Order: sequence, then structure tokens, then C-alpha cells
Amino acid sequence: MARQQDRFRPPSRPPKTLTNRPAVRTASALTAAALAAAPGLTAASSASADSENGGATLTVAASQPVDSLSPFLAQRLISTSIHRLAYDYLTNYDPETNEPIPGLAESWETSEGGLTWTYTIREDATWSDGEPVTAEDAAWTYTTMMEDEGAATANGNFVANFESVEAVDATTLRIELEEPQATMLALDIPIVPEHIWKDVEDFSTFDNGDFPIVGSGPFVITGHEPNQSITLKANEDYWREPPKFDRLVFRYMPEQDAQVEALRAGEVSFVGGLTPAQADALKETENVTVNTADGKRFQGFTVNPGARTRDGEGFGDGHPALEDRVLRRAIMRAVDKDEIVESVYGGYAQAAGGYIPARYDTYHWTPGDSRRLSFDPEAANRMLDEAGYERGDDGVRVSPAGDRLKLRMHVHNDRPDYVAMGKLLVERLADIGIEVVNRTVDPGVLSDALYSGEYDLIFTGWTVNPDPDYVLGIHTCGALPEEPGTMRSDSYFCDRDYDRLYEKQLAAYDDRGARAEAVAEMQRILYEQAVVNVLTYADTLEAYRSDQIASIQVQPDPGGNIWGQDGHWSWSSAVPADSRASAAAGASPWAMAGTGAAVLVAIGGGVYLLRRRAATAEDRE
Amino acid sequence: MDTSSDTGDGAPHRLGPGPPAEGGAGGARPRRAGGTAGGAARPGLHPAVRYLGGRVLTALVSLFAVMVTSFFLFRVLPGDPVAALTQGRSVTVEQLEAMRRDFGLDQPLPQQFLDYCLGMLTLDFGMSYQYRVPVADLIVERLGPTLLLAGTGTVIAAVLGLVLGTRAGWRRGSLMDRVDTGVALTLWSVPSFWLGLLLIVLLASGAGLFPTSGMSSPGAQGAFAAALDTAHHMVLPVATMVAVVYAQYMMIMRSSLLDEMGADYLTTARAKGLRDALVLRRHAVPNALLPTVTLIFLNLGRVVSGVILIETVFAWPGLGSLFYSGLRVPDLPIVQALFVVFAGSVILMNLLADLVYPLLDPRVRT
Repeated sequence: MARQQDRFRPPSRPPKTLTNRPAVRTASALTAAALAAAPGLTAASSASADSENGGATLTVAASQPVDSLSPFLAQRLISTSIHRLAYDYLTNYDPETNEPIPGLAESWETSEGGLTWTYTIREDATWSDGEPVTAEDAAWTYTTMMEDEGAATANGNFVANFESVEAVDATTLRIELEEPQATMLALDIPIVPEHIWKDVEDFSTFDNGDFPIVGSGPFVITGHEPNQSITLKANEDYWREPPKFDRLVFRYMPEQDAQVEALRAGEVSFVGGLTPAQADALKETENVTVNTADGKRFQGFTVNPGARTRDGEGFGDGHPALEDRVLRRAIMRAVDKDEIVESVYGGYAQAAGGYIPARYDTYHWTPGDSRRLSFDPEAANRMLDEAGYERGDDGVRVSPAGDRLKLRMHVHNDRPDYVAMGKLLVERLADIGIEVVNRTVDPGVLSDALYSGEYDLIFTGWTVNPDPDYVLGIHTCGALPEEPGTMRSDSYFCDRDYDRLYEKQLAAYDDRGARAEAVAEMQRILYEQAVVNVLTYADTLEAYRSDQIASIQVQPDPGGNIWGQDGHWSWSSAVPADSRASAAAGASPWAMAGTGAAVLVAIGGGVYLLRRRAATAEDRE
Repeated sequence: MDTSSDTGDGAPHRLGPGPPAEGGAGGARPRRAGGTAGGAARPGLHPAVRYLGGRVLTALVSLFAVMVTSFFLFRVLPGDPVAALTQGRSVTVEQLEAMRRDFGLDQPLPQQFLDYCLGMLTLDFGMSYQYRVPVADLIVERLGPTLLLAGTGTVIAAVLGLVLGTRAGWRRGSLMDRVDTGVALTLWSVPSFWLGLLLIVLLASGAGLFPTSGMSSPGAQGAFAAALDTAHHMVLPVATMVAVVYAQYMMIMRSSLLDEMGADYLTTARAKGLRDALVLRRHAVPNALLPTVTLIFLNLGRVVSGVILIETVFAWPGLGSLFYSGLRVPDLPIVQALFVVFAGSVILMNLLADLVYPLLDPRVRT
């Protein structure tokens, strides 16, 4: 073969080497691919070596990457959840009841009128570098947030009303307020160590990336691979009981279905934010436990009651008929919340009553039978008939002022549940003679419409904290924009009675019963005005490997969630399962077998190609 | 591509008569190969310099246009970054204003544009809104993973496509041609995220052969173990990418080879008594390779923009996922900078392709 070839080749040509032949190239490419598969061996062996060291690792799938490790900047749930593990707060929330309980502060007292708060800081708390945690650390953290705009980025709202903060001595912290504030036992601010942070020059860019990060919580952040994973180690010196897992890893996986597959494979121990379909499928999976929790969020829509500024200047182009409370209430009577629970959430939700979700039983309110706007399209039609909304020839009603009831509805296109709800809403409102133009749009388009007042119906939802102050505050007249386009709320609601009750619940900071009463009354007003309309409280659906985690704390208990707790309870109290070590070791033979198979296939393929090549070459000769 | 060494000595063209190539390979020749300098050549300027200068100048103009577009394109996007970042969180009006000031969004648009242009010229892309770190750092950090994934994928897909395309073209109409082409086109029309998920379900969580996602296992020790670990993580995303894209290389290679098939120089080569395989390798393939080279270069430019969906499904920490996360806010400094980087790399690779052509194909030199 080579001889014949040479006869026709120019003499200057270098002899062909073996690697120049296409078939050989293909074969070597395949072998390279097989080699790439080989590390299964190493990966598996490193996993089992890890468990030999006696370290149980809990791996959590995270849907977002961490935005910042600085507690002054971090805004995403993943980051604030990690900060709850690494830093203590003044107070914490009880895992079972959500009530405030001692944190770094072991006790507190307030002055008459509630303007001075004095906290006693516990003496047995230390930073992870051995320094004691003192009142000075807390005072420095709060003062820095008050004085430095960069440090106020994430949590400035908590200290906006602070007059002064002072460390009277190492264990006494005194805060003076400008106005009474109900959230003084719900200051969700990580306290940072002054001796580490005092040299920081620019808080708006400091990324707190010096590992291990000095903190005071049950875990210490020991490593961060941006956009991949973040690793924490148990803090053996934590003043509460130290965690039982030695290592906690949050792995970033943007794709929800990929998360579920990782859970099936046992690569992660926990996955949150499941869809009803995923939860149903995982219920059938061996060694997986599905946790169904009462949601912290509500889902609903607001009606444009006429956008206006704080001075009462109207703007935007909301449908004028929506200023009529009768029409708004009729809309609510036409909506079937039970239908939404079944068809949108597959039963994994509760039909909503009041504004605060049912999981917060102190503040949750349910309308009594006499007030309830229960689903009754006939009653809704009657209401509209009586109020003078006559049906046109096409079945669409016309308001007494002569405006056809054609309403625009803005729906977030990135939320499948809202999209499904929107479709139902179009059908239900058609039943009472209202035409709805469904605008399923990018959230950016939606918020532009909201802020400019150019909408009629708009979908919304908020996560509610154990302390409901903030979500209540956004519906006060004070939350109306100073000028068009600067709003931070989701409705242009303003009601004097509501505002009076808001002040009342603020002043009732030390009387839970009185405060709950005022909050219930506020929810009644919201419900009856039907501007802010809550439809459901969707359940939180989560799953974990029962062969890796023996038990885990939910909040509230029972019926609560694992991910996104107000506190660190789930991860700090999780108990490793005994079978974990064997499960990790079990991966090794699989990987070996797989790698072996891949190598065999590749080599076989290469040999086959070579032989074929040779055979055809011979044919030609 | 070792075949280019064959081209280097110009052997195949000596056999092939010049003009007939007009009919076959001419169509596949780079479109700007002929006259671009506008005909009127300045006296005293060497044609090569003129060619080079023209190419570079065109690239610079394109780059500038991209830069300007980038600024306005993303400002047209609906949504307020500050509102999106603080959505659903308790914030005071003062916090919102402070953020707006930090981001420079309180400045009038012309001022913002000026700052942006000055920044771009000094390669200062600004500070990411979400991560509060310089965008340049983020890009550098994510560039590696993207180059690794998309680069490996492109190389494998190109080699595979060239080999299969040559085979299919040379034996057009055979069973093998029909099967190979059918398989390639079927895979080409498969959505990459779906194929990725399918592979995860079958090979990762199902058979347990590969990790389901990510670029490395947390806590891998030692450089060698870490490299193997990364390679192990790469198998599925690279396989997904190769499966979906190799068809384009294959089809281009196949059709440009078909263009060469009727050429007289092949008959001449056969008349000289060359074996079929040699005719293919020494004469047909080098000539048919040019269009494929264009495609490879264009795709090399796109390597930087990564494979957004594949990166998302496999949680690969690359530029594609960075761009996606930036778009959601919109994190203007990130998306602007990435847009320029993506477009810039395509422009650069185009330029390189233009510059490499004369080396590959003597016809372009004239």
C-alpha cells in the first residue's frame, strides 16, 4: 500500500504518519472522550474519602447564585438565608410558633412610650475567631448602617427610624427611636464583628470574601465558588447546640428539573420550590420525603382604583369605572378561588381569606360569612345590574358613565401559576359581562405599567414576614408616590381608617393581642374595598433524601417549610441519616462500571473504524 | 486540521485548472474575496496592505456600531433595575434613591451615554448592579468555563462534522450517506435543553454514570483530581452540544465536497492513476474545506457567547448564564459589556478568517 502510494507522490513530500489518517483520528477522538469519562473513579473515591473523615455533608440545591457575601449588600433569599447561618441577630424566631425569642440579646426592656429599647447581650457568644461578641459589635453594625449609605443598601429600612444606638457597656445595647416601631424584636440584621469590619473603606463594594468568614452563627462560611457552590462548616463553639452535619453546601442549579434529577441521583440532599407535578412524582420516589408547607406568600391581583400621588394628583389611564367599589366587589364575587386551588395548584394551595397568609395564625384573618365575597356569578351580575351597569349587544357591560367594561390585565410571563390564573380570570369575568384583555408580559413591562398607573388589573404577590409591618405599610396613604412613577407599592390604595389602624398596631408593639386585633381590622378594610385582592396562599413544596437526612426542623411546626425559614433551624438541627456513608460508597462501583463500559465502547468503535478503513482501502487496490 | 499542510504547498491547485473552479468552488468562496477596496486603488499601496487595512477598518467600524447599539438597545428594555432588585423586599425610599445614585441612573441620558463610552474605551465596564463587583472581573471569571465547554464542543463537533461530511459527500446517495445525514439533521432540530435534560435523566440520575450538573464537585482535592473531576462533569454538556451542532459542519462539508466532485482536476488525478481515497484526501477535501473553515471561524467567535441553554441546564458557570441573569434585572453594565464582548469576538473571528483566507486559498491572494 505504501509502495504504490509513493509512486505517484512528489519526492519532496514527507512520509505520511499514522496520525494523519482520518480513521486513526476518529479513533483517537473517541478514546479521548472515553478518557474524559474516566474521572468517575476519582470523583466517587473522593466522595467516600469524605465520609471516612467522619464528616456528614448536607447539600442543598439553590436556584439563585449568591449576589453578595456582605450582609450589608446581600438582597437575595439565598444570600440572606446563608447569612442567617453565619451571623446571629439580636433576636430570633421560635421554630415552632414564629414568635420572637432571644438571639444575641438574652433579654430586653422598653421605656414608657416605647422610644428607648435596652437589650442585654449574652456573655457566652463568641466570634468564630475566638473574640467575644459584645454590645459594641451590635452598636457598630447599626450605627454604620445609619451613617453610611453603602452599608444601608440591604437593610437600611430597619434603622431608618433609629435616633441613636449606643453600647452602654459590653453587654448592654441601647437604641433610641424617633417614632415607636413595632419591629424592634424583628430586626433581621446580621451583626458583624467590628474588629474585622472597622477597616473597610467602601461598604458598597466590600465583598467579605476572606475565608473562613468570621461570624457568630451555627455555621462558618469557608468557601465560595462564584456561581457554583458555597460551603459552610459547623461552628463547634456555637452557644446553642452545634449543628449535627459537619458541612453544609449550597449548590447553584438554575434549572428546576435538573435539581430534581440531582435529588434522585442523591447528589443533593434537599430541593425546594417544587411544582405540584414534581412533588407528585417525587412522592413515588424511594428514599425521598416530600414536605408540603403552608406558604409564606400570597398570590392575587390589585385593581387600579385611580392612580394618584400623595398630594391627590391623578395620573395614568386606569379604567374610570374601577373607582366604584361595587364593581370591584362584583369582580371578586365572580372569581372562583377553589377552582384556582384545584386547577392551577393541583390542590397544593389554600383559597385565601385575608391579606396575611394562614400560616401566621396570630395575624391571619378570615372573613365571616356575612362579609364573605363568596363565589356567586349570579349575585355578582345582580350587583352590577342594580348599580346600573347595563349589558351591551355583545354581552359586555357599560358603566353608568358610559364606559365599556373592557379591562386590561397584566400577568407576569415568568410565573406559570399567574399565567394559569389569568386565563381563568378572563373566563370568569366574561361570565359577568366584563371583557378582559390578557397581557401576559415581561415583569419589567408589568412594573412599568404599574408605576405609570397605566393598568386596570395587575397580578401581585408578597412574601410575608412573621412581623407583618412592612406588607401592611405599603397600603397606607404614605406609600403613595410623591410624583408619578416613583411608587414602591403594588396598588394606589389609600384609606384613612386603614391608616389610623396602621398607627394603632405600631403603637401596640408590646401588646400582641391588641396589635393582632388592629391588623385583623386592617385586613377587613382591604377585603371590603377589594382593591388589593388575595386569591390563594400557595403551598411551599420541598423534598429531601431520607437516606441522607434522618430528621429536619420545619417552621412553624407542624405544617412549616424548610427552605427560607426565619431562622437557621432547618440546617442547624438537621440530623444525618446512618445510611449516608454506605450510600456515598455505593456510587463508586456504578461509576467504575460506567467508565469501563464507556472505554470499551470507544475502543471497540475505534477498532471497528480502523478495520473498515483498511478493508475499503484494500478493495480499491 | 492537518489537511491544511497539503494546501500549504499548493499541490492540489497545480492539478486543478484555475478557471473551472469559478463554477464549483467559486460559489463557495468568501463573498468579499474579490473587490472590496472599492476598485480605485491608491497608488503606491501594496495590495496586501490595502486588503489588510480594509478588513481592519471594517472591523473597527462594526465594533463601534455595536458599542453604540449596546447602550441604547438595553435601555429600551422595559423595567427598572432598582425596582427589580428590590422587588418583594422591604426598602425605604432613601434606599431606592441611593441605589439609583450608585448606578448613575439619576443622571440624564446623554451624560450616562458619555460615561458609558469613556468607560468602554478604557475597558472599564462599570459595576454590576446585582453583584456589586466590576463587570470586567465577572467576565474574566466566567470566560474560562465558557471557553472550556463551548471550545471543546466546537472542536469535537467540527472534527466529527468534517469526517462524516466528507464520507457522506464522497459516497453520495449511499445508505451510509442517507443514515448519517438523517441522524445529523434529526439531532440538529432537537432543542438543546431538552436533549440535555434527557441525557441527565438517562445517564446521570438514571444510570449514575455522570454528575447531573455543575462544573466540579465541591471540595475536589489536588490539581489532577480536579481536572479529571471537571472533565467528568464536561461529558454530558459537551455531548449535548456536539450532538446538536455537528450537523452544520457536516452538511457544509458534504455540499462543498459535492461541488468539487465534478471538477476536471479530479478526473485528471484519477487519470494519473491515483487511488480514490487519495484523490479525496489530497485534492477534493482541501478545496472543499474553505466554506467549512469560514463556518468554524464564525462559530469560534460565538464560542464566547457560550451555549446559554446548555449552560443553564447543566448549571455551567459561564458567560451565557451570566448574560441570562443580567437580562432578567436588567443589570445594564453586565448586558452591555457582554453584548460588546460577544459581538466583538464574532467580528474579531471574522477578521481573522479574512486574514487567514489568503494563506489557505491562493485564489484570494490575487
